[in-house]
Amino acid sequence: MSFLIFLLCGFLGGLLGGMGMGGGTVLIPLLTVACGVSQSAAQGVNLISFLPMSLIALGVHAENGLLQKEGLLPLILPAIAFSLLFAVLAAFLPEEALSKGFGLFLTVLSFFQFASAFRKKENAGYAKCTKNIPKI
Amino acid sequence: MKPKTYAYLTGGALTGAANGLFGGGGGMIAVPFLERAAHFPARRAHATAIAVILPASIISGVVYLAFGLVPWGVLLPCAVGVAAGGFLGAKLLARIPAKIVTAIFAAFMLAAGLRMIF
Repeated sequence: MSFLIFLLCGFLGGLLGGMGMGGGTVLIPLLTVACGVSQSAAQGVNLISFLPMSLIALGVHAENGLLQKEGLLPLILPAIAFSLLFAVLAAFLPEEALSKGFGLFLTVLSFFQFASAFRKKENAGYAKCTKNIPKI
Repeated sequence: MKPKTYAYLTGGALTGAANGLFGGGGGMIAVPFLERAAHFPARRAHATAIAVILPASIISGVVYLAFGLVPWGVLLPCAVGVAAGGFLGAKLLARIPAKIVTAIFAAFMLAAGLRMIF
């Protein structure tokens, strides 16, 4: 039974991830809040679950010519170093601190997400706000 | 060092930190960072974000596994689910208006985030 529930959680996370919406930010809360999985376990599961999909997506993007060498090394090297460092930190932090920290992270990110959702509407010309009508 | 290089180093570090500490969310730092600080067009930003997060996730994944934090009983069904969902999600991407999905997603994140804080 719980196998199916985890499968569903993964499916929902993967669905949003596949749409480019950041699946981890769905999967981790689903596992912790809805399924009672510990924060660190949910995080670890999320990290590994998305690897196959990411690898395939990366291959597709590379084939489509979306990757350029410029900037890759200065991006990837610090990312790996800090990921290692902070993963070790996470292993030593108490679950509650990790959980609240993640919750705060998610709340802050949601505001940026809302902003980008509404910003796109304005650019598409659907805004009812009359303040910033460009003069042609 | 060129200003852009500083941007890359900073963006990479922040993305990696989120990836290691929170087990995710790196993309939500990397993509806007690449678009605004490095002036990448959207698709290239998304693709590059994956190129950065993939190795970071491998490293942090290994750390979580090494500390015995990952239960196989959760990992295996989730991994299968993610693969299936990801496949469908990529297909659906073209069909559902992005703004609607982004707004729903943001609402979910806010609710989940607040629930986790309190």
